[in-house]
Amino acid sequence: MFAYILRRILYIVPIALGVTLLVFALVHIAPGDPLNAVVGPDAPAEVVEQLRRSYGFDQPLPVQYVIYLGHVLSGDLGQSVATGRPVIADLGRALGNTLILSVGAAIVGFTSGILLGALAGWHRGGFIDRLATLLTLIGVSVPHYWLGMVLVIVMAVELNLLPAMGMAPGGATGWGFTGAHLAHAVLPVLTMSVIPMGIVARSVRATVAEVLQQEFVQALRAKGLGRGPVLRHVVRNVAPTVVSVLGLQFGYLLGGSILIETVFSWPGTGFLLNEAIFKRDLPLLQGTILMLGLFFVLLNLLVDIAQAALDPRMRRS
Amino acid sequence: MPDQTQSAPLLSVSGLTVSFKTERGTASAINGVDFDLKRGEVLCLLGESGSGKSVTLRALMRLLPERRSRIAGKVLLNGEDVYAVPERRMEKLRGKAISMVFQEPMLALDPVYTIGHQIAETIVRHEGIAFADAERRALDLLERVQIPSAKRRLKAYPHEMSGGMRQRAMIALALSCNPALLLADEPTTALDATVQMQILLLLRQLQAELDMAVILVTHDIGVAAETADRVAVMYAGRFVELGTARQVLKDPQHPYTAGLLASTVHGNMRGHALEAIPGAPPDLTNLPSGCAYAPRCPHADAHCTAAPPSETWLEPGRMARCVRARVPAAAPV
Ligand SMILES: Nc1ncnc2c1ncn2[C@@H]1O[C@H](COP(=O)(O)OP(=O)(O)OP(=O)(O)O)[C@@H](O)[C@H]1O
Ligand SMILES: [Mg+2]
Repeated sequence: MFAYILRRILYIVPIALGVTLLVFALVHIAPGDPLNAVVGPDAPAEVVEQLRRSYGFDQPLPVQYVIYLGHVLSGDLGQSVATGRPVIADLGRALGNTLILSVGAAIVGFTSGILLGALAGWHRGGFIDRLATLLTLIGVSVPHYWLGMVLVIVMAVELNLLPAMGMAPGGATGWGFTGAHLAHAVLPVLTMSVIPMGIVARSVRATVAEVLQQEFVQALRAKGLGRGPVLRHVVRNVAPTVVSVLGLQFGYLLGGSILIETVFSWPGTGFLLNEAIFKRDLPLLQGTILMLGLFFVLLNLLVDIAQAALDPRMRRS
Repeated sequence: MPDQTQSAPLLSVSGLTVSFKTERGTASAINGVDFDLKRGEVLCLLGESGSGKSVTLRALMRLLPERRSRIAGKVLLNGEDVYAVPERRMEKLRGKAISMVFQEPMLALDPVYTIGHQIAETIVRHEGIAFADAERRALDLLERVQIPSAKRRLKAYPHEMSGGMRQRAMIALALSCNPALLLADEPTTALDATVQMQILLLLRQLQAELDMAVILVTHDIGVAAETADRVAVMYAGRFVELGTARQVLKDPQHPYTAGLLASTVHGNMRGHALEAIPGAPPDLTNLPSGCAYAPRCPHADAHCTAAPPSETWLEPGRMARCVRARVPAAAPV
């Protein structure tokens, strides 16, 4: 097991390097001169040339990449072109905000998805199964920004029960565990949890049904185990697959949703990405994508380790 | 325990029928099975694929899916009516009074638990002893089924063992609570030829040592000849012939048994050309009104297709379900 973890961690290095390479290449793949966002199109040629040198764009690409990598490793993601602030500061704040929504949506979406899927799989073909299938189908097919807006109209505008915009009263940012903060999170969290709920429920249902069809479940009954103990075996067999689905879904949640964060004016990574794209703020865009990419890689590592811990067949070299 | 007199059978099955609801209609898998089994007796079930051998075994343990199957008849195990006791009681009987060795141990063992855990769990379930004590018992059991370096194997997962070892572990699991009746459903089909022999020898040895009754399903007539006290031949969910191994295998009375013997290569027939029984088994959703074997039977006539033949008892314990079966003296040539 230890050797397995070590090997997995080593595999991460080239993958993480690949992510930095892709993000680096982004500047050069993106259409137009990267300097266009910094200086106007009618800037004098010598100013542009000087800027080009100061950004290091005059160097050969491999050299540029090594310099970029050095900066990344020392925690320097550059400065936002639009605001002049260090990217890492804005990014840290946005990630924290998105994390609040993601964790909330994960708690709501994963628990309801697992419960729904497990019930459906256990009673396959029955009434509960059909009801759960309908619910998950709705969950994954309703556009979530539309659902967000409906929730805003009903809960915030019509019933005036919950706030619809921002993270705190008066447009303040920053999180705190107060009633007001929690109230602001309710609608975006609910909206965000719908898709993971549907996807998790679907795959839990399929996995439970598949495990229940295997002969060892009959064999467990044949040795005298009752419902409870058999259920425990089923859970242990379903867990590795479910963990990987949860990991993937949490990765998507962390990416933040541009649409949801825009609908609810929630200053997270989705919001930040949106801003970076519209303002052609390349350093900000690069930094955000890099961070999200690395998070995803890390999450995959954790999922792999968890799977190996849960399923002895995966520990093989 | 009720009824432990020597003469009372360990298992008594009467009028057992099982049908399944399928998309194509009701499949009559078992259509009236009756037999008794004494303590320590070995009964072999022979029959083509789909004749209902596995379903019979599962029915004896009340393991069939309750919602999709309809079961009638009586199964008395040690005097207890398997289909009348509550599920709680049945759980106590499974794995303790009656247990099962499956055909494919790789599929029948839980892949994410160690062998030791799976055996110990069974012992804890039935005897309520501490898990550590149960693990010690599991070690003894692994040694008993002759698994080398048993101590290490206790911590092995099913996928880490060879097919033969897995089946030995499965047998250890089935025997963990000293069952009076062991059901073995083709326990060697998934194994190599040499390993098959070892496993069968082991089963026979354990059966004798523990004085267990065994119902062994097999396709191998040689195995039946060597291990069985009695042999039952199944066709379309019925016993078409029943008798001692010698009677059935040396002097088959049912044309199906004769065909089966001719089509199977066994000990003294090795080298003879295989002669498969022509035709296919009947459609269980639409069984013929007469003898189910009549469409394939070389001797079939109008009697056969009129009504299903009833059991003909040739002598005590010797039965054939065929209109041609006669008490020996009266048998026409
Ligand atoms: N759960 C089930 N639902 C529907 N039909 C079933 C079910 N289990 C068994 N059957 C049917 O019952 C019939 C008898 O099956 P069974 O498994 O007992 O045959 P078998 O004699 O064990 O054959 P084999 O030698 O291939 O193992 C088959 O036609 C099978 O399709
Ligand atoms: Mg079978």
